[in-house]
Amino acid sequence: MSNAVVHADSHGQAHAAHHPALQHHFDTMGQQKEAAVIGMWVFLLTEILFFGGLFMAYMLYRTWYFDAFAEASRSLDIFWGALNTAVLIASSLTMAMAVRCAQVNKRMATVNWLILTMILGAVFLGVKVIEYSDKFEHHHVPGLNYKWAAEHPSTALGAGAPAPVAGAGHAEPAAAAAPHRELSLSPEQLQLTTQIYFSLYFTMTGLHALHMIIGIGLMSVITWMAWKGKFDAEYYTPVEMSGLYWHFVDIVWIFLFPLLYLVERP
Amino acid sequence: MLDKLKIPEHHYLNNGHSLKSWLLTKDHKRIAIMYLMSISVMFFIGGLFGVGIRLELATPQGDFVSADTYNKFFTMHGVIMVFFFLIPSIPAVLGNFLIPPMIGAKDLAFPRINLISLYIYWIGGIFTLYAMIAGGVDTGWTFYTPYSATGSNTNVIPTAIGIFIAGFSSILTGLNFIVTIHRMRAPGMTWFRLPLFVWAHYATSLVQVLGTPVIAITIVMLAVERGFGFGIFDPARGGDPVLFQHLFWFYSHPAVYIMILPALGVQSELISTFSRKRIFGYSFVAFSSLAIAVFGFIVWAHHMFVAGISTYAAMVFSFLSFSVAIPSAVKTFNWSATLYKGAISFETPMLYAYGFMGLFAIGGLTGLFLATLGLDVHVHDTYFVVAHFHYIMVGGAIMGYLGGLHFWWPKMTGRMYSEFFSKVSAIMVFVGFNVTFFPQFVVGYLGMPRRYHSYPDEFQVLNVMSSAGATVLGLGYVLPVIYFLWSLKYGQVAGPNPWGASGLEWQMQSPPLTENFVETPIVNTEPYEYEHVVVKEKHLV
Ligand SMILES: [Cu+2]
Repeated sequence: MSNAVVHADSHGQAHAAHHPALQHHFDTMGQQKEAAVIGMWVFLLTEILFFGGLFMAYMLYRTWYFDAFAEASRSLDIFWGALNTAVLIASSLTMAMAVRCAQVNKRMATVNWLILTMILGAVFLGVKVIEYSDKFEHHHVPGLNYKWAAEHPSTALGAGAPAPVAGAGHAEPAAAAAPHRELSLSPEQLQLTTQIYFSLYFTMTGLHALHMIIGIGLMSVITWMAWKGKFDAEYYTPVEMSGLYWHFVDIVWIFLFPLLYLVERP
Repeated sequence: MLDKLKIPEHHYLNNGHSLKSWLLTKDHKRIAIMYLMSISVMFFIGGLFGVGIRLELATPQGDFVSADTYNKFFTMHGVIMVFFFLIPSIPAVLGNFLIPPMIGAKDLAFPRINLISLYIYWIGGIFTLYAMIAGGVDTGWTFYTPYSATGSNTNVIPTAIGIFIAGFSSILTGLNFIVTIHRMRAPGMTWFRLPLFVWAHYATSLVQVLGTPVIAITIVMLAVERGFGFGIFDPARGGDPVLFQHLFWFYSHPAVYIMILPALGVQSELISTFSRKRIFGYSFVAFSSLAIAVFGFIVWAHHMFVAGISTYAAMVFSFLSFSVAIPSAVKTFNWSATLYKGAISFETPMLYAYGFMGLFAIGGLTGLFLATLGLDVHVHDTYFVVAHFHYIMVGGAIMGYLGGLHFWWPKMTGRMYSEFFSKVSAIMVFVGFNVTFFPQFVVGYLGMPRRYHSYPDEFQVLNVMSSAGATVLGLGYVLPVIYFLWSLKYGQVAGPNPWGASGLEWQMQSPPLTENFVETPIVNTEPYEYEHVVVKEKHLV
């Protein structure tokens, strides 16, 4: 007919035994996997821009209200933040181990590493619950009797606060040790602008936590599939994809931790 | 020859007749058809609000509806038309249907995600329609803060959630296209053998994937501000409303290219097919799509020249906005050069293509007026702006969509529509459109502001013209519904290639098989090889 297109069998060799996971519209397992990998990276790109809007807002208000951001940031407990950072980095390692084990056909090891990753994810979320409830206690939730109290350790207690035992939920050891510093903002301005900090804090960490919950949900499905023996050296794409996703969520936290906890610490 | 043509025995439309076979399908063609039906419903709902606007503006007094209702009318018109019709229109219907066959693939890379994107679109639509029934929204489709965060007491949150959700449908469509174009091309289908329709969709997908998440997070911030009382944009809480405008337009300017780029792609196919000529300057047209997508991301603040941004920023954004004209002009001139000495004809899709060229040129050139700092201060927020973006979004995007729909309808359904009525409708749309929107340039230049339900008496003549034109335009849009539906049963059988077009999609039977091709095609020619192809199945005339 019109165009010089020849119909031919383009995938001659692929007719030998199809892998059960090969979908009908792909020619080879390699093509199927590449499609998934590109798709996942494109998705992560959208995620970067999704969080990007928040980082933009953070950048603007941190420039405008630096003192308020520094002040509010000191009220966060650096212990919990650092602990969570360590937990997430560890979970990225366990995730990478799970992908590797899937790749070399170690079924039970894959399952175990995935379970360990989920446990670490749950630990992170547990710590987040402790931190959030602390904010509720201190009226640091914007729109909910928000009150930037002058009796807050960093401004009122000065250097004399007793160093609390590590692990006490509402302790602020680092903040308590901060030297008193003249602020350029009146208490009313602080009340207003620290609220912006906490609005961003809750939106950013909240969305991050939501991503973690989705990740754990995904992973439980993947774990079940791994346990059922659905993966092998030729097909472990879902494990690798959830790994990419998990590393991304990890990276977001790597940015959130310094931006939110370490604005200005002595 | 006529009686030889028969609808093939097996095709994607009769591969299962149950509702389930449609709702759980992974066939990109069936999903495209369901998108077509969904966005058509949304188009006519959005159109009804447009009718309301034109009825109110037929007289200078605010006598048809109250000012508050009028605010809701133009808001719902904008929200539904932009987010639920124009954004999905060509990509989700024509792109979904055609990209796999155009590149010689059996389906998109992720058929299940394709189906999910449709469901996401429906869920987003339900939220927005709920907001409409529950009393509507009155913020304008732009949702400017602080009014949307603290001022308005209408259904901002449900509408915003609807747009947020529908955004993910757009992201997933774009993601699917990108991966498909990268990894599903048939052997021999190199990047520079891709039809320009595919290039245009590749550029569109980049915008969808990079821009949409920004509007999503902006909506999240708006929602937490309005819903939980967080302070982010509200100046009373120390926030910056201009930040909202920056974030909003960072998506919403490129969003215009989500609407227009696919139409530019359709245009290249139509011009080439109906002038029986290889497109002039193929690689320039291909890369100009990418250039438009890239430039589109660095011009957003031209919407904010009077919002209090710095003069220097405004100058830079003005200059950058001018630069978008370059790739747009590259396309327009290349189409003209394609027509030159071509064997051009006047089938219905081509009528739309001619109309498109004129309207897109006017819309684009008036965009330069608006990118000019001094002039923008004069015409900002007047009907001049309204006329300009309708020339792009209706005169451009919808003309392209209808042209494409008329072009590929025989492929999608296997049957031809009435040649006569479709030509009548194409002419009605063109004439009606110009009578509706050209007077708005004038009335806007004379100083009539947008978004008011009453106006001074001296503007009445131009507004009555506009309302009269809208009537013709509306009828021009209803007509295709009738003859398309009619064609499903009574239309002449089209055969695989009624236009003698060169693309791979015309090698399939009409309507195509579920798997598109029996064997994966091997491509060994350049696109638009009309020098070798002159077989035109003239049986239709
Ligand atoms: Cu713009």
